Amino acid sequence: MAPTPPHSAAENLVTIDDVTFAYDSRVILENISLKVTRGKVVAIMGASGCGKTTLLRLIGGQLKPASGNVQVGNLSVPTLNTAELFRLRRKMGMLFQMGALFTDMNVFDNVAFQMREHTDLPETAIRDLTLMKLHAVGLRGAWNLMPSELSGGMARRVALARAIALDPMLVMYDEPFAGLDPISLAIVGRLIRTLNDALGATSIIVTHDVQESLKIVDYVYLMSDGVVMAEGTVADIQRSDDPFVRQFVDARADGPVPFHYPAQEYQAMLMES
Amino acid sequence: MKRQLLDFWVGLFVALGIAALVFLSLRVANLTGLDDGSAYSVLAEFDNIGGLKVRAPVKSAGVTVGRVSDIDYDTVQHKAVVTVAIDSRYQFSTDTSMSILTSGLLGEQYIGIQTGSDSEMLQDGDLVWLTSSAMVLENLIGEFLFSKAKEGTGDTEAQ
Amino acid sequence: MSDYLQRVSGFFQALGRPVTEQLVALGRAARFFVEVILASGICLRRPGLVVREMYFIGVMSLVIILVSGLFVGLVLGLQMYDTLERFGSGDIVGMVVALSLVRELGPVLSALLISSRAGSAVTAEIGLMKTTEQLTAMEMMAIQPVARVVAPRFCAGILSVPLLTAIFNVVGIFGGYLVAVHLLGVDTGTFWSQMESAVDFRMDVVNGFIKSVFFAVAIIFIAVFQGFHATATAEGVSLATTQTVVKSALVVLGMDFVLTAFMFRGI
Repeated sequence: MAPTPPHSAAENLVTIDDVTFAYDSRVILENISLKVTRGKVVAIMGASGCGKTTLLRLIGGQLKPASGNVQVGNLSVPTLNTAELFRLRRKMGMLFQMGALFTDMNVFDNVAFQMREHTDLPETAIRDLTLMKLHAVGLRGAWNLMPSELSGGMARRVALARAIALDPMLVMYDEPFAGLDPISLAIVGRLIRTLNDALGATSIIVTHDVQESLKIVDYVYLMSDGVVMAEGTVADIQRSDDPFVRQFVDARADGPVPFHYPAQEYQAMLMES
Repeated sequence: MKRQLLDFWVGLFVALGIAALVFLSLRVANLTGLDDGSAYSVLAEFDNIGGLKVRAPVKSAGVTVGRVSDIDYDTVQHKAVVTVAIDSRYQFSTDTSMSILTSGLLGEQYIGIQTGSDSEMLQDGDLVWLTSSAMVLENLIGEFLFSKAKEGTGDTEAQ
Repeated sequence: MSDYLQRVSGFFQALGRPVTEQLVALGRAARFFVEVILASGICLRRPGLVVREMYFIGVMSLVIILVSGLFVGLVLGLQMYDTLERFGSGDIVGMVVALSLVRELGPVLSALLISSRAGSAVTAEIGLMKTTEQLTAMEMMAIQPVARVVAPRFCAGILSVPLLTAIFNVVGIFGGYLVAVHLLGVDTGTFWSQMESAVDFRMDVVNGFIKSVFFAVAIIFIAVFQGFHATATAEGVSLATTQTVVKSALVVLGMDFVLTAFMFRGI
């Protein structure tokens, strides 16, 4: 870490600056810029397939942008070599879309995994720390279950405990609410908020679940087709009368995001046989 | 507990595997024969070695006392030069004779040693000069046919 | 005219595509091989990981190896005795069984059996870890999946296959012994002495062992490669599993010919 980070870097933990990313010729992100303020929970929302997950992968350094810069703390992620990148990733936690728990280990070993791999702590200390993390997500009693024995909500909570195992400064959530029942949804939502504040971490949530995330986040980016369409605090978004924001927040079937996939004139298509 | 059980099984597996390797080496391959350290080499020249191969046994009175270690061709005398490694426990006189024999009618070929009466013993690098070549089946048949034909010539000339 | 040219060039492209695709795959495999070898240091630093995988690759394959080895030995004993007896040399059945097992059948059959029992399981396991994002998750935790997941399985496979092959050989010889001595009435002493006189340590046992090490590297590498590069869908994993068994079989048989040609050329 640099001795005196510039003001903006201190305020914004993650800065994405004019990033373009494409798989071959398919453009996923186009000149996108966004900032994540330290200590906040930020949601990046958008329809499925609009490049939200790609954004997380860029921050984690798994993908490199075609142009632009991704800055985490005062490090420019695309320029890091593998060793530097791995050192940075130790300070990041990530919750994957389907949890991605290690299926050959029980709940305890899953949460203890990073501590065992990355630290030389004695087994008693690892035990205490792991039980603390499991306690925080309310699953201390499930420590010896295998991932296949967990319900979807429990698996998500274990994955959450694993993501915060090393007390990261940045936690990224990829669709933390997908496929959960309302109770689990509320639990996970509350956990994200409380854990973020308790750890003094910064969280980025990528989601398409508007209602749940608006309850817990500080700031929202709305994305569509690889560009940021709207941004603001939760109040800003709820008050906004931008047609796109309204369509998304009110979950309307048709609007600026059309119901129909681009096609030629309906009549014409029916006539040509 | 779980971990110990796993270690136990893997340990058992490795022990079984090593035991199998030892069994293959000692019981199946009988790795108690001679090693090169305690052997001496002598040379022998043969007109024809037939089907003799490197590592073929060298036997005296039916006991394996050594092995063929090398087969070469002498371009001057046009003979086969066979290097034989003999276990140093066994000593043979300098007038020893060697012959290439066949175990059974069609079996593998080996070198038979018949020791002589000389009091001097063979040393490393010595040449054995009393040798008899392999019996080649084709030559035998050829000779047999030739002698038969000779018997037959009398009859044809008589006609 | 340009249409014609396009068709011709298209034809040549279609002709060349499989070749270039295979070359790309080969290059990727070679790079992955180097990557795995470089990452294999973890096997020495953390032997516990290797022991765990040896349980799944070695111990779990024991039953199929023991049963198949026994039956191969029994059948070899019966068949060989029947053929040899026509020439009045039924007594050397022990030697024939031992030689065929130690030189060829042991290494080849065990490699084929292990690749279908353990190789396919390794592919499916790694493929599933990829499909469920476990490998990506590991990478995000600053842990190299090649070192943590692939290398221990690779080392465990290389250690397990030669041991399993030796066990297969011994059980097979025992099967031959049962048939020859107890069923067909060959003398016990003759059975063993014929075997001992014919089987050479360097030529047969060591060469057989070398073969099994080569096969071990081949089948376990194919298994981890297929798993690690499987398409991350259920379909992709099942395809990769099938490919592991098929490719292992082809590579083992092909390698066997090459190795045999090198080893037994002069004998």
